[in-house]
Amino acid sequence: MNKKQKRVLARIIIASVLVVAGLFFDDKTVRLILFGASYLTVGYDILIKAFKGLYNRELLDENFLMTVASVGAFVLGEELEGAMVMLLYQVGELFQSYSVGKSRKNIAELMDIRPDYANLEGDNGEVEKVDPYDVPVGSVIVVKPGEKIPLDGVVIEGESAVDTVSLTGESVPRSLRKGDEALSGCINLSGVIRVRTEKEFGESSVSKILELVENASSNKAKSENMITRFARIYTPVVCGLALLLAVVPPLISLLSGNGNTFPTWIYRALTFLVISCPCALVISVPLTFFASIGGASACGILIKGSNCFETLADVRCVVMDKTGTLTKGAFEVTGIHHSALERELLLYYASHAEMFSTHPIAKSITDSYGKKTDKERVKDVREISGEGVIANIDGKEVAVGNEKLMKRTGASYVECSQVGTVVHVSIDGEYAGHILISDVIKESSAIAVAKMKKYGVSKTVMLTGDRENVASDVASKVGIEEYYCELLPTGKVEKLDGIKSSLGTKEKLAFVGDGINDAPVLSRADIGIAMGGLGSDAAIESADVVIMDDDPSKIAKAIGIAKKCIRIVYENIIFALAVKFVCLVLGALGIADMWLAIFADVGVMILVVINAMRAMYVKKI
Amino acid sequence: MKRSYKIEVDCANCANKMEVAAKNTEGVKDAVVNFMTLKMNVEFEEGADPKEVMKNVLKNCKKVESDCEIEF
Repeated sequence: MNKKQKRVLARIIIASVLVVAGLFFDDKTVRLILFGASYLTVGYDILIKAFKGLYNRELLDENFLMTVASVGAFVLGEELEGAMVMLLYQVGELFQSYSVGKSRKNIAELMDIRPDYANLEGDNGEVEKVDPYDVPVGSVIVVKPGEKIPLDGVVIEGESAVDTVSLTGESVPRSLRKGDEALSGCINLSGVIRVRTEKEFGESSVSKILELVENASSNKAKSENMITRFARIYTPVVCGLALLLAVVPPLISLLSGNGNTFPTWIYRALTFLVISCPCALVISVPLTFFASIGGASACGILIKGSNCFETLADVRCVVMDKTGTLTKGAFEVTGIHHSALERELLLYYASHAEMFSTHPIAKSITDSYGKKTDKERVKDVREISGEGVIANIDGKEVAVGNEKLMKRTGASYVECSQVGTVVHVSIDGEYAGHILISDVIKESSAIAVAKMKKYGVSKTVMLTGDRENVASDVASKVGIEEYYCELLPTGKVEKLDGIKSSLGTKEKLAFVGDGINDAPVLSRADIGIAMGGLGSDAAIESADVVIMDDDPSKIAKAIGIAKKCIRIVYENIIFALAVKFVCLVLGALGIADMWLAIFADVGVMILVVINAMRAMYVKKI
Repeated sequence: MKRSYKIEVDCANCANKMEVAAKNTEGVKDAVVNFMTLKMNVEFEEGADPKEVMKNVLKNCKKVESDCEIEF
């Protein structure tokens, strides 16, 4: 609790003691004095604010309404209720301010990636702790184990593992070596590293992410704006009704000769004023969105605005790019077939033959071999353009390449039945088998598609620039019904527009891509989701939702989080409105007294705040 | 031109009132108050002096919520 809250709490305690003390006396005057003292202790600031409001012609603010209701109660001789209205109103305000402050802190902790300092190394090697804002580009900083990397840069010395969990939600540490890019916000786990900074603090990834998350809730959702507008008319309407209630029925009663009923109806009207404060409603909506934004960013999903939640919850069609989204976008050896040799040995020959090549296919073979290649063993390397490589390894003539090369060497090759790039190997003219290289589907792609269906996505589509057989293979393995292949970037936009026009207005379309070359498509969709946003400014700029690592199951998770958030928002709106409405009716009929009204007001607020905080817990979605 | 300011305000409805008050201040093109992060993002009219405009914004906000604060 902060100072202000503690002071209010102290006043509430004193006022409560005074009220309880008053209950022990039967004497009217003593009671009036004690209740009056309690009232002034707890409510003097409200009274002052009410008069200031009056001066500024702010007739309908809640301070003024509470003042009218409580003073009215005193005038009617209901001192206890007058004092309690003010007391409970303050309890409610205190609870609201405390719980919002607390949730602000909780959510801030979820996003606790802001580095507090940087260890700046001077010219003579001395190290000084400075504010990250004061580190110029090109300086050398030292990051010890347990510290956050404060600025983006390149590792110039040392080796370590870093924890990216607060950036990506990914719990497996990344290894960092000399020459690697060090991203700010990661936590250094094992070794001391020296980093040459490449960006200022304001431009570093940690600042960008924080800025995005903090500003996200400023992009207000439709329901939020609706509630704000509603609150603006709700209070005047209830006050108007209160006035009518205070005047019309007793006048009718008076004119029809049924006697003076003014006190009864004025009391009922005052009950209305107590219920007229829209705070429970107004607080619950932004709090829910804020909690959801915090919960999502703790899982490595950045949502750019509260307005995205509503669209995301209505997503019925997800269009995905293939490379980088469903597949890793990197070539790997996925199989070795028809080989007379051991896997290891075949890879040995192939990787030695390809060791001077810079082609990505060659690289994936050497990566797969895993061991160091030995230059001394390789002689007479001949590259045959469009076919492959022939080299002399350990005195044997090894040919590595496509079918044409096999025909040239006279080896009788076997065609591969699987999809991908096939590299045949022959040794001394004898066929030695082939290596299948393909882009690997991410482990969680199939789960992701299944999970999306669970969250109400009825249509999944894959777009790719790749060939038909690769596309159909990936689509069927992942469980996607519809795919379009051999598309150029402009073709993707056209296809997306076509799919979009086939959907109803309430059915939203999400596009998922890696954000690098599909920016136009991302901005065209109702919701653009960029994958693997860590360190990519382009993705953060163009998408509505950024998934920090490259796990496709988070697409489904983002939809799930949005659904939970919107559900809670509506629960709160309906609950708060229903309780208020019932109390208004009961109050008008004289069934609910001021006690019930104030409990309804404060109680509803407490419940909606607690319910809103549920939106933060999204780990299991 | 857009600027972001830290604010102090106690209740959500008061924050909304501040938003309306800020929007209606001369020199302000648009204003958004974020109660959760306690920030006010103000977009100024072309050629307006933020310092001067913010003085009036604070004055107008004080009218609707007497114990609010804006840091600028």
